[in-house]
Amino acid sequence: MHIVVCIKQVPDSAQIRVHPVTNTIMRQGVPAIINPYDLFAIEAALALKDQLGGKVTVLTMGPPQAEPALRKALSYGCDEAVLVTDKLFAGADTLATSYVLASAIKTLHQETPVDLVFTGKQTIDGDTAQVGPGVAKRLELELLTYVSRIVSVDQAANSIRVERRAEGGVQVLETRLPALITMLEGSNEIRFGSAPDMFRAARAEVCVWDRNAAGIEDIKKVGLKGSPTIVSRVFVPSPRAQKAQQIEFDAANPEAATQTLLDKVLVEIPKVKKQLDQTRDNKRASRSAGERHE
Amino acid sequence: MTQNIEKFDVIVVGAGPAGNAAAYTLAKAGKKVLQLERGEYPGSKNVQGAILYADALEKIIPDFRDSAPLERTVIEQRMWVMEDESYVGTTFRSDRFNQMPGNRYTIIRARFDKWFSEQVQKAGALVICEMTVIALLRDAAGKVIGVEVDREDGKIYADTVILADGVNSLVASRAGLREDIKPAAVALAVKETIFLPKETVEARFNLKGSEGVVIEMLGSISQGMAGTAFLYTNKDSISLGIGCMLSDMKAQNTTPAELLEKLKQHPSVAPLIAGGETREYAAHLIPEGGYHALPELYGEGWLLVGDSAGFVNAVHREGSNLAMTSGRLAAETLLELGEKGLPSTAANLARYKARLEDSIVLKDLKKYRNIPDTLHSQRQFLSDYPALLNGAAHEFFTVDGQDKATKEKAIFNAFRERRSLLGLLGDAYRLWRATR
Repeated sequence: MHIVVCIKQVPDSAQIRVHPVTNTIMRQGVPAIINPYDLFAIEAALALKDQLGGKVTVLTMGPPQAEPALRKALSYGCDEAVLVTDKLFAGADTLATSYVLASAIKTLHQETPVDLVFTGKQTIDGDTAQVGPGVAKRLELELLTYVSRIVSVDQAANSIRVERRAEGGVQVLETRLPALITMLEGSNEIRFGSAPDMFRAARAEVCVWDRNAAGIEDIKKVGLKGSPTIVSRVFVPSPRAQKAQQIEFDAANPEAATQTLLDKVLVEIPKVKKQLDQTRDNKRASRSAGERHE
Repeated sequence: MTQNIEKFDVIVVGAGPAGNAAAYTLAKAGKKVLQLERGEYPGSKNVQGAILYADALEKIIPDFRDSAPLERTVIEQRMWVMEDESYVGTTFRSDRFNQMPGNRYTIIRARFDKWFSEQVQKAGALVICEMTVIALLRDAAGKVIGVEVDREDGKIYADTVILADGVNSLVASRAGLREDIKPAAVALAVKETIFLPKETVEARFNLKGSEGVVIEMLGSISQGMAGTAFLYTNKDSISLGIGCMLSDMKAQNTTPAELLEKLKQHPSVAPLIAGGETREYAAHLIPEGGYHALPELYGEGWLLVGDSAGFVNAVHREGSNLAMTSGRLAAETLLELGEKGLPSTAANLARYKARLEDSIVLKDLKKYRNIPDTLHSQRQFLSDYPALLNGAAHEFFTVDGQDKATKEKAIFNAFRERRSLLGLLGDAYRLWRATR
């Protein structure tokens, strides 16, 4: 069983601050950590390895400084680590990132066929939850998102059964391998690596792949060039300037109270009146349209 | 999963100044060194004011100035003796003191320790963090032969173990190599790092370029307890802290946070930090028991260095330099034994103590051996004298029509009233005795 876990090194959001003047994120001095959601992916992969054997390869795309994150993953018990890094990759959005990761996984697959790919639910810095599905789509893997538990893997039948958190309940899904799973937070707890794993991680060679080694075919699809996403503006929402008002009502006369309140809202917030009028007009229009149909 | 982990020449427990100095010196000389640190990264558990004394580090890494993250070169030292609303101070400022290479620097330990650990790793030591030593391994004869860590398959072997595990020295205490620290032998210090624009720091302290100022304070700010306070200028921040003996704080039921808040509001300090933003708050114990509180420094297969050995000169606020020096001397002792093909027995490791005695570490601790007791039993040095001194200055510098002879008499009477003539003479003698 060859499992690939995609992780991302992110700034520790608990310690991040936004520059009050420029509104940019101040990363200086903020420690980098493995994206917390990815730890659930790593643990799920390691648990499967404990059960079925094989190896876990941890993969990330990022600057050379991302190496400690991979080393950390090795210290939990992952077997190999690959850092895909290239100046051309800078400024990548989720589309470009998923292209690079998919290419790297394809390259890994040629060496040892990949059965499963794990990612976290999303990252804490981008919060898009798009990269995992993007990789799955590009590699034509079965996609299982928001998985809360791996129920079983049947290697003979080449299938996997998982539980997936969905609105209003839990779905039990079964699909064929290879598949990509995005793990839900709280689904497990990352292990405390053994002393030998810590030693191995401290000394291990992390594979560093540039665009050629990673098997990138089309360099127009990577980095800023391959990223159609445009961040037009980043801002900190300013606290509401409006103060709450207190209105006195006569409890014995609820109708007058309602009227006072309505007047207050409709006068002071013209947007509300406009929306109400709009809704009323729409309703009238649709009603008269309905009448015509009849 | 059971694997045999290889054996090391030396295991260094802890990645503070003492541990780094030892690990660096040994690794540089080609020894197979493992350094274990329980914190998330080297330096994550370390707290200091912080002043770096160049000499100790220079003897380990001669060209450290080229790459170490130094904040400011200290060119001015102030001593303030404080009353509630005033201070009497001395200032030493010297251009000669500023001639490169500098003698002392202000540093921010988080940055400095990261740098120091990088040098240790470059020298060839294996540094592993988030690994806590829970016990020492011994052979049948009781010689220390390695450590056990808090992880699966966590027995690691070495010829010698250097314990640089800090003021609490949990490993050494647990292993029975030393007693637990006593409240009367440790100070509890707290500090804030207060950020201000570089220009503001320079304007407030009359500095240019990388020049820095140090203010050491004592007097009413410690509320009668044995303790001192400090203010150090960094590039774009100020480190402000205060520390008092733990036993005193307990007796007076005072918290260090209260002391620091009062210090920040002192009319002499407040304008220096006005408008600053506190971004870091730290607290740490400082072993200030001095010479008489020193534990055994070595034994069969083990050595104590730095804070865990209690190497702090409270009078001169020196600790990290003694830590680095003791770490280096421990390493040099082991290198000497290695050259001569001698094992790390207690008899052979006695050379470590001989080296310490021949160095600033034990020479200075010995010189000030009676200071902790003197300050403990003779509270007038920290309460009466600061008050008298400030009162005297107030009297002396107030021009109010009173003639100077009468003023001098009033000052003298104030001293005699509070301490008596014999008391004054006795204090002078006691202070003289304690510092020689």
